[in-house]
Amino acid sequence: MLGHNNAALVPGAGVIEFENVAYSYGGGELLSDVSLSLQPGSFHFLTGPSGAGKTTFLKLCYGALLPTAGHVRLFDRDVTRIGRDGVALARRRIGVVHQDCQFLDHLTVAENVALPLGVAGEENAAMEADLSELLTWVGLTNRAHARPPELSGGERQRAALARAVIMSPDVILADEPTGNVDWDMSQRLLRLLLELNRMGKTVMIATHDLSLIRAAKAHVQARVLRIASRKLQLAGADL
Amino acid sequence: MRRLLPDIRAVFVREAGADRVVPPAGFTVQLTLFTSAAMAFLAVFALALSLAAGRLADRWGDELARSVTIRISAPEEEMERQTSAALAVLETTPGIAEFRALSDDEQRALLEPWFGAELPLAQLPVPRLIEVTETGDGFDAAGLRLRLQAEVPGAVLDDHARWRRPLLAAAGGMRLFGWTALILIAAATAAMVTLAANAALAANAQVIAVLRLVGATDAYIAAAFVRRYTLRALAGAAAGTLLGVVLVTLIPDTGDAGGVLTGLGFQGWDWVWPVFVPPLAALVALLATRAAANRVLEDLA
Repeated sequence: MLGHNNAALVPGAGVIEFENVAYSYGGGELLSDVSLSLQPGSFHFLTGPSGAGKTTFLKLCYGALLPTAGHVRLFDRDVTRIGRDGVALARRRIGVVHQDCQFLDHLTVAENVALPLGVAGEENAAMEADLSELLTWVGLTNRAHARPPELSGGERQRAALARAVIMSPDVILADEPTGNVDWDMSQRLLRLLLELNRMGKTVMIATHDLSLIRAAKAHVQARVLRIASRKLQLAGADL
Repeated sequence: MRRLLPDIRAVFVREAGADRVVPPAGFTVQLTLFTSAAMAFLAVFALALSLAAGRLADRWGDELARSVTIRISAPEEEMERQTSAALAVLETTPGIAEFRALSDDEQRALLEPWFGAELPLAQLPVPRLIEVTETGDGFDAAGLRLRLQAEVPGAVLDDHARWRRPLLAAAGGMRLFGWTALILIAAATAAMVTLAANAALAANAQVIAVLRLVGATDAYIAAAFVRRYTLRALAGAAAGTLLGVVLVTLIPDTGDAGGVLTGLGFQGWDWVWPVFVPPLAALVALLATRAAANRVLEDLA
């Protein structure tokens, strides 16, 4: 469901829901009157010019920012009413991949990937096996004991993706995941995200790489959203 | 206290994940270690001073409180008669446990430190001293003075009050000084650990951002920092306490001749007190780090 210009939103229908959301910062409004419902298992691209508010929108999606007006619901719970701990718990069901990845540089790749397990108190032998499998899936088995600064851009993105999915989250949010990698690596990352979507995960990728969107649409029914002039819109069919 | 228990548990129960998320061996951690050691070292001395002052006050109080002296100054031919009269008065005074006139040898021994061993006591108008020990209930000093005034004109009753009061006040002051120093040491430790923890938290804003990104609660993040700083404070304080106790033990004890400084060591149950210094330093560090963590996490939210 996508709402625009006060379009109605079906409450409780999506994993992440925006209802007439606005976000202002420093006296200026970055997003205005955004309504949206991300359905389970759906695939979305988020586009728009640089500085349009894509990262802000994603941060609202995982509770890193709170709306200045309207309501954001994560798994049917209003982020403004569940406190920071409630947001933290909701975030364990949302895997986030940043463009700059954000690792703890004093930990190894394997420890960084396993970090969400430790945070959730779920480190155990079975999870260790999952970690090994996950590192194999993203092709980082031989880099498991390297430190993040030793990784290439593509390796960092894959490690970030592995960390984002290790808790088997319901939603994957990726902010310019292919921004720092070459074409081959971007296709490899896209295949990983498509595979996750086939496993039933809701995926949203913020990107301005139209070729990535075209490549994805050959494999999945993806909805393309565009942020322009503070509004969220459905992008044109030419994509 | 109940709210503290989870934090205390988190400090001592090693959780593999939480223990590793804070980058190791930061400068601020070393600062906490050193500060705690120095403060614990000073705390041991303040404790020793306070306990020694307490012992001294008790001793002075006990020794002087029940001891009274009657000094008789009279011409030589009158001395024996007035001494006998004073003894007779004491015989019939309620509240007196013991009394006796000091012998010439005892009086010579008292004066020897000032006048030497060859003091010609018989040729000097030295007053006769009567040592009086009161019972637990004590006696009526004003009544005894009046009776002595009437029957022994050369007698002066000295109940040592004018000596005892300033001595007790001085000992009490030293004890207060010691405890005040301990409180200030605890406050300074808390301030330094807070500064160190604040600096560490600010320097690790990126770490906190990553932890939040993967779903860490504030309690989890705070516990990681609290554990790190509390354990360093505990280790530093243990080392400082040990060093302080060793040095206090090495201070020579001159026994009764010594004052408060040479009697600075721990005695008997006093030895239990230094054992509390490291856990108290750790508790101060825990509270300071937790407060700093909560504040910084609030600011970074």
